[in-house]
Amino acid sequence: MADRITLTKNDRFSVALRSTFLQGSWNYERMQNGGWCFAMIPAIKRLYTTKEDQVAALKRHLEFFNTHPYVASPILGVTLALEEDKANGAEVEDSAIQGVKVGMMGPLAGVGDPVFWFTVRPILGALGASLAMAGNLLGPILFFVLWNVIRFGFMWYTQEFGYKVGMKITEDLSGGLLKKVTKGASILGMFILGALVERWVSINFVPVVSNVTLSEGAYIEWDKLPEGSEGIHQALSQYASGLSMEPTKVTTLQDNLNSLIPGFVPLLLTLLCMWLLKKNVSPIIIIIALFVVGILGHVIGLL
Amino acid sequence: MSGISIVLVVIVAFLAGMEGILDEFQFHQPLVACTLIGIVTGQLPACLILGGSLQMIALGWANIGAAVAPDAALAAVASAIILVKGGQGAAGAQTAIAVAIPLAVAGLFLTMVVRTISVAIVHQMDAAAEKGNFKMIEVWQIAAICLQGLRIAIPAAALCVIPAETVSNFLNSMPAWLTDGMSIGGGMVVAVGYAMVINMMATPEVWPFFAIGFCLAALSELTLIALGAIALAMALIYLKLSEGAAAGSAAGAGTGDPLGDILDDYE
Repeated sequence: MADRITLTKNDRFSVALRSTFLQGSWNYERMQNGGWCFAMIPAIKRLYTTKEDQVAALKRHLEFFNTHPYVASPILGVTLALEEDKANGAEVEDSAIQGVKVGMMGPLAGVGDPVFWFTVRPILGALGASLAMAGNLLGPILFFVLWNVIRFGFMWYTQEFGYKVGMKITEDLSGGLLKKVTKGASILGMFILGALVERWVSINFVPVVSNVTLSEGAYIEWDKLPEGSEGIHQALSQYASGLSMEPTKVTTLQDNLNSLIPGFVPLLLTLLCMWLLKKNVSPIIIIIALFVVGILGHVIGLL
Repeated sequence: MSGISIVLVVIVAFLAGMEGILDEFQFHQPLVACTLIGIVTGQLPACLILGGSLQMIALGWANIGAAVAPDAALAAVASAIILVKGGQGAAGAQTAIAVAIPLAVAGLFLTMVVRTISVAIVHQMDAAAEKGNFKMIEVWQIAAICLQGLRIAIPAAALCVIPAETVSNFLNSMPAWLTDGMSIGGGMVVAVGYAMVINMMATPEVWPFFAIGFCLAALSELTLIALGAIALAMALIYLKLSEGAAAGSAAGAGTGDPLGDILDDYE
C-alpha cells in the first residue's frame, strides 16, 4: 500500500472552493448535477489516471443531485473518501456512492433550510437592515462579512469532517445530531420571528376614537408663556414634566389596540398569511393583495 | 448617470444575478446589492436606507417547495436604479420598493427561462464527460452561471438607459394617495415572508418560543443582538433539558456545549 493515492489538502480545498458554484447550472432535469461534477473535478483528476476511469467518474457525478447548497459540503467530504477508496482498489460500487449522495441529501437539506435560510439569514439580515435604515454603513458590511465567514467556515469544516468519518457520518446523521441541530435552529428561528413580527410588520389604524378636552393645567398654555428663549425653555420643561402639547387628547384606534397588546394586528396579519399560504394561495398574490388593501385602506381613511 | 456609473451598475447587477442562483456570497440580498449600487452611483446614503428597508421585506424570501418568492436580486437592483434616477433621495425609498416588487415578480419568469436553458447545458456536459473532457465541463458550468448573471444585468442596463426624466416624471405623476397607500402596503408585505418561514418551522413544540419572542420584542430596550442571545440561550437550555429527560445518565458529563461534545467524540 506504499503507493496509495490520496487527496492532498490542496485538492480538498479546491473542491470546497468550487462547491461555491454548486447551483450555477441548476436545471429542471437533474438540478445541481453540473455544479456537483464541476466541484469534483480536481479530485477526479488526482485519483484516476486512465481515460476510461475518468470518463466513468465524470458520468457518475453528473447524476441527479439536489440539496441545500451549504450542506452539500459534508456530502462532498464523504464522497471524496469513498472515491479515494475506490481509486485504491477497494470494492466500492457505483451504486454505493450514488446511495450515499441520495441518502444524505434529503435529511441534510432539512437541516440547511431552517438553519441558514430561516435562522442565520433573517437574524443577520435584520441586524444589518436595522443599522442600514439608520444610515449606518456598518449594516451591510457586518451582514456580508459575518455571513461569508460563517458560510465558508461551515463548508470547509463539514467537508473535512465528512472526509474523515467517511461512511460513519450517515449513521450519525440519521440519529441524534441531525435532530438536535434542526430543533435548536427552529427554536432560535421561531423566537426571532416572534420578535420580528412585533417590531417590523407595521399597520397603523388612524381613525380617531375619542377627543377628550383636558382640564386646565394638564396641557401647555402656549399663549401664557414668556417671550423668546425663556418661553421655549419653559415649554420644554413643562412638556418633560408630562404636560400635553394640545388642549385635547386625541386617541386613535391604534392607541387603543396598542394598550391591549402591542403588535396584535401584525400578529393577526401574519397568521392570516400563514393560513392563506397553507391553502396554497401564491405568496405573490398575497403580496399584491396587501398593496391593494394598503391603497384602498388609505383612501377611505382607515390606514 | 454617467457612462462609468452605468457600467459599474451593470457589473453589480451581473453579480447579483449570479448570486441569485448560487446563494453563497449574498450579493443578491438588497442590503448588499443596493449598497453597492449606491457606492457606484455616488448616492450611498439613500441606497443604504433603501437596502435596509427592502431587506426587511425580503428577510423570509426563500423558495421552498411549490411556494416561489419574488426574485430578491431583481427587486434590489431595480429599486436602487429607480431610486437613483428618480432623484428624490431617501424619501423615494418606499415608492421605489413599491415599483420594484412587481418587477421582481416578473423576474421569476426569467429565472424559469434560464433554468430551462440549463437543461440543454448539462446535456453538453454529458457529451463532454463521454470524451473525458474536463475543460468543456468547466466551460459549460461557467457559461450557465454567466447566463444567470445576464438575467439581471440586461434588465438593469435597460433601466439605466431610460432617461432620468422619464423615471422621475413617472414617479412624480403618481398621486400622493397612491404612493402613501403603497408605503402602507409595503409595511404589511413583510408579514408574507415571515409567514412562509413560520409555516416551514412551526411545530407545537416550538410555538411557545414564538410567543416569548413576540412579547419580549415589545421591550424596545432589547436590541436584536440581545434578543438573539436570549433565543440562543433558551435553545441550548431546552436541548440540554430534553436530552437529560430522554437519556437519564447520559447527560451531565458534557462541557455545556452538546453539539461540541458530539463532534469531539469523533476525534
